[in-house]
Amino acid sequence: MPTAAAAPGVQRRWDELVRPEHVHGSLYTDPAIFQAELEKIWFRTWVYVGHESEVPNANDFVMKSIGPEPIIMTRDRSGQVHLLHNRCSHRGNRVCMTERGNARSFTCPYHGWTFSNDGALKGWPFPSGYEGVDRSEYGLGKVARVASYRGFVFGSMAAEGPSLEEHLGAAMKSIDALCDTSPEGEVEITAGFLKHKVKANWKFLVENETDGYHPSFVHASIFEVAQSGIGELYSAESTAVSRDFGNGHTENDLRPEFRKRDVPMSWFGTTADRLPEYTARMNAAYGEEKARKIMIDGTPHIMIYPNLFIAEIQIFVIQPLAVNESVQHVTALQFKGAPDLNRRMRQQTMGSVGPAGFLLADDAEMYERTQMGVQMRNPEWLFLGRGKHRERRDEDGFLIGDNTDEVPTRGIWRHYRSLMEAE
Amino acid sequence: MPMTPEQRDALEDVTRFIYREARLQDEHRYDDWEALWTDDGVYWVPANGDDGDPEKVMSILYDNRSRIALRIRQFHTGKRFSQTPKSRLRRLVSNIEVLDDRGAELDVACNMMLFESQTRGEVVWAMRTEYKLRRIDGELRMSLKKVNLVNNAEALYSMAFLI
Ligand code: FES
Ligand SMILES: [Fe+2]
Repeated sequence: MPTAAAAPGVQRRWDELVRPEHVHGSLYTDPAIFQAELEKIWFRTWVYVGHESEVPNANDFVMKSIGPEPIIMTRDRSGQVHLLHNRCSHRGNRVCMTERGNARSFTCPYHGWTFSNDGALKGWPFPSGYEGVDRSEYGLGKVARVASYRGFVFGSMAAEGPSLEEHLGAAMKSIDALCDTSPEGEVEITAGFLKHKVKANWKFLVENETDGYHPSFVHASIFEVAQSGIGELYSAESTAVSRDFGNGHTENDLRPEFRKRDVPMSWFGTTADRLPEYTARMNAAYGEEKARKIMIDGTPHIMIYPNLFIAEIQIFVIQPLAVNESVQHVTALQFKGAPDLNRRMRQQTMGSVGPAGFLLADDAEMYERTQMGVQMRNPEWLFLGRGKHRERRDEDGFLIGDNTDEVPTRGIWRHYRSLMEAE
Repeated sequence: MPMTPEQRDALEDVTRFIYREARLQDEHRYDDWEALWTDDGVYWVPANGDDGDPEKVMSILYDNRSRIALRIRQFHTGKRFSQTPKSRLRRLVSNIEVLDDRGAELDVACNMMLFESQTRGEVVWAMRTEYKLRRIDGELRMSLKKVNLVNNAEALYSMAFLI
């Protein structure tokens, strides 16, 4: 009775809460909706977990998460990457309490069960007590599907569903563009994360990442005092566009502005001659013409739904903890074979993000204040209609709009509704 | 072993310096605070433990002198929203020790508890703060301030004031 009757009811409800140009405030505040999102988004779709370079050697491991759940990302001795639940299959204790390291196995401190780094139960103390019990049934929980794209490791707790490639769709090209900015075609995540906690729903963070409307206002303080050239990209005159790739993936495509400037490394706020080593390596790797094009276009500004934001020089991994609490894990991207660029990447990342960052502290302030706002009753709805009248399709069929338009936000919510309505 | 008069003087100077620095930070007196720095000053708040190399791994804050100046200019725009309204701050300082006095330069450390009241709510920050202080024309100035937050390995709320 409850299951059969509840399904159409739920469906009607998402229709009511998510409209083409409005969303209801309770989507950010209702704990029952948060629980439903964990089931339908976080524990079902592909979620970014970590990067292969975080476990470079056999038997390396690092603590990660999928939503609020702790996950251990391991590399076994044959080189395969596994995503394991950090929960002993005996009585539920944590089997790993170390942030990162190298270990062939994890021994639970409670009763000494030992698991190899591919999750299999290797042994249990005093084995005579387990006569007739099948050891193979008591391995660590494993994330059902693990796949990676150019080093970015994703997990899906659902055994069935679209492949990672189907999920990423056009976002794969952006990841390619990012990797191509490295003279060796690879990025690395080696600088450690800053963990910035906010009292806000995770969806405010996702929406903010490709909201090209806010920078002129929220970041006016730093644009005023630092000559970064970022501000103009998000002005009403900018030729940059916002784009909805489908599947919830969205971007601010800044290339039109960088191509207009026609200055290599302008995307990074510098010039090629100030990075002679990097430029030489790029020229050697790609030939001068292609290298020039890559160095003009720069890296993407793309939000890969639901939790990986690639922001030119850094990645953000969004983690929901509760309906009104989230953490952003942030680190500088490091390009293989580009030490001079990497140093600047770290310096700029440390300046701009994290709890004290010139940019992020102010973004965080905005999500926290909107979180307080949606708790109020009047008006109940949030408006996402900016630029609806000038929304258009690009040559690949993706919806685009001006860089300050809410094309991405509308795309995120369309996808959200389809996920929440799915059986 | 009792302190020598020189040690006693040094401790007194250092204590007065640290108390004053704390007050300037608590009261958002940005320019007065900036004047405490030497030209080569480094303001460092590590993440993920106290001993990471800031030239290799992410720190919460790793400002050279020109970035300290930029930070102060950002506050002065009046549009640093994470500090508009400003956090109400008061910190208690204790356990002040002069660890090494080399005459021109001293290594100093103390513990601090900072209470913050902000729109978000109330946050208590606990830290061990290490300084390199330099004696310049009879005054003490900071060439390094390293703030080791007790919880720097955990996820932290915004901390956009002067820590
Ligand atoms: S809970 Fe892990 S061995 Fe018992
Ligand atoms: Fe922002």
